[in-house]
Amino acid sequence: MTPPAIDLRSIIPELVIAATAMATMVGGLFLPAGRQHPLRWLAALGTVVALGTTLAAGSSSSPAFAGMYVRDTLTRVLQATALVAVLLAQWLSGDYVERMRLDIGEYHALVLVAALGAMLMAASSDLIMLFLGLETLSIPLYVLAAFARTDPRSQEAGLKYFLLGAFGTAFFLYGIALLFGATGSTGFQALAEQAHAPKTFFRAGVALLTIGLAFKAAVVPFHFWAPDVYEGAPLPTTAYMSVIAKVGAFAAFVRVYMVALAALAAQWSTALAAISVLTMIVGNVAALRQTSIKRLLAYSSIAHAGFILTGVVAGSPAGASAVAFYLLAYTFMTLGAFGVVLMLHRRGEEADRIADLTGLAWRAPALGGAMTLFMVSLAGLPPTAGFLAKFYVFTAALDAGQTGVAVFGVLTSVVSAYYYLRVAYTMFTGQPSEDVGFAGGRWVTAALVAASAGVLVLGIFPSRVTAFVQQVGQVLR
Amino acid sequence: MTVPISAYLALSALLFVLGITGVLLRRNALVVFMSIELMLNAVNLTFVAFARQLLAIEGQLAVFFVVLVAAVEVVVGLAIIIAIFRARDTVDIDDVDLLRG
Repeated sequence: MTPPAIDLRSIIPELVIAATAMATMVGGLFLPAGRQHPLRWLAALGTVVALGTTLAAGSSSSPAFAGMYVRDTLTRVLQATALVAVLLAQWLSGDYVERMRLDIGEYHALVLVAALGAMLMAASSDLIMLFLGLETLSIPLYVLAAFARTDPRSQEAGLKYFLLGAFGTAFFLYGIALLFGATGSTGFQALAEQAHAPKTFFRAGVALLTIGLAFKAAVVPFHFWAPDVYEGAPLPTTAYMSVIAKVGAFAAFVRVYMVALAALAAQWSTALAAISVLTMIVGNVAALRQTSIKRLLAYSSIAHAGFILTGVVAGSPAGASAVAFYLLAYTFMTLGAFGVVLMLHRRGEEADRIADLTGLAWRAPALGGAMTLFMVSLAGLPPTAGFLAKFYVFTAALDAGQTGVAVFGVLTSVVSAYYYLRVAYTMFTGQPSEDVGFAGGRWVTAALVAASAGVLVLGIFPSRVTAFVQQVGQVLR
Repeated sequence: MTVPISAYLALSALLFVLGITGVLLRRNALVVFMSIELMLNAVNLTFVAFARQLLAIEGQLAVFFVVLVAAVEVVVGLAIIIAIFRARDTVDIDDVDLLRG
């Protein structure tokens, strides 16, 4: 028996992130409080290096590490998306973390470890690897949700996220165990071979796996934890987890359904189409009556999970590219919207009510303009990233013959325009509250500029980005 | 006399369902967490039963990863539960209800 080839060169981006996370954590132990500022630079530097190596690394469709890990074009695109999200989240959260006197080293280390999990999920070619990636992503997020540990709301968010996350993990694992029983292996290769003639165990395993992933991606009917967790968690954590958890979960959706179970597409596409339609309806309708911006964005993230899922339902290379494009667009517009809220405070607290935005556009035109841009993009109106992202997923669904899903997608987008544009409307009318002040800094400003630029570039000059994400389609052929 | 694999699978399915019932019905955060651990161990039993049946080492390998991850979850979960107990002197999840949807 020969030992499996260990090609450390193929996991350089992961190694960089892991090393940076450990260095940041250890640095946080030794640097005195108040002089931990360099750790932010260290974390950002590590992320930039990892992003560079991800983009520079070649791609190969043959798995490494005994069939556990594959660095193909899908890996590259999704890892790059995850790292962009991490970079923006670091810029957004740094000032808040210092202002609220949270532990800087630990915070950035946890953010990086969660990113490592999402990167491993994107690169997995084995169910065990996928499971380890999922947990590497989830466990730091439980801690981050409870990170303001003396704040009862943050504690409660952490507890809910932890209990329901672990509950979802159990389903996910039971699915893996049954798939292992049906195929005799946990590799995606074996899964693809058995998908042509699925046994009962195989079907049950896929169903349980779907429940587990649905919990993590917060799609209906397993979404109920998301609004409470998003509302209770500290604002930068909410921003970060709303993006990174989606990147990881949809990486898994693409890997498992579109690549490994392609032969079973006729069966899972119906189930996922139903889930997708329900998610779009519930997310968008529930968002209509929210008064907290965090809860609004929580339901918005549920709704967007439904939109992204339409790309998976399409099951085609165009669908996979559309999912990748959507994830990138979603990263910019969601982190941008959270970034605007992070620049405000209400008497030192988070300014998390929609009413706190009243009159903002007249007090700070640039900030109001940026928020309007993000809301327009989230609503899916041109000329923004959100419009093209929706356009691509719906076209992919139509081309695959999933007309019903696309129709519901367009209809619910119209509903969503109401609550997004209501936020924009609030900013242009009424008297600003005396309680609300600005808490910006250079880093948050930089993140907002980058996110606005991302939303506009993806919306107006998308050709280079679409060429980049279209590589994803190669994995499906 | 050998026990057929179906018996192991039935037992693990039963344990898994008991775990789900515990999560849905019990109100003490610690007991809910114990029910989740029961579900994870039901999964482990399935893995080793299949590994024995199929003579595939991957099933036993998976159990090690599950045990490892479960241990990490215990660390994080108990830390969160203790933080809540210190603040409110209760770990009843019906009393932890500041956030309502």
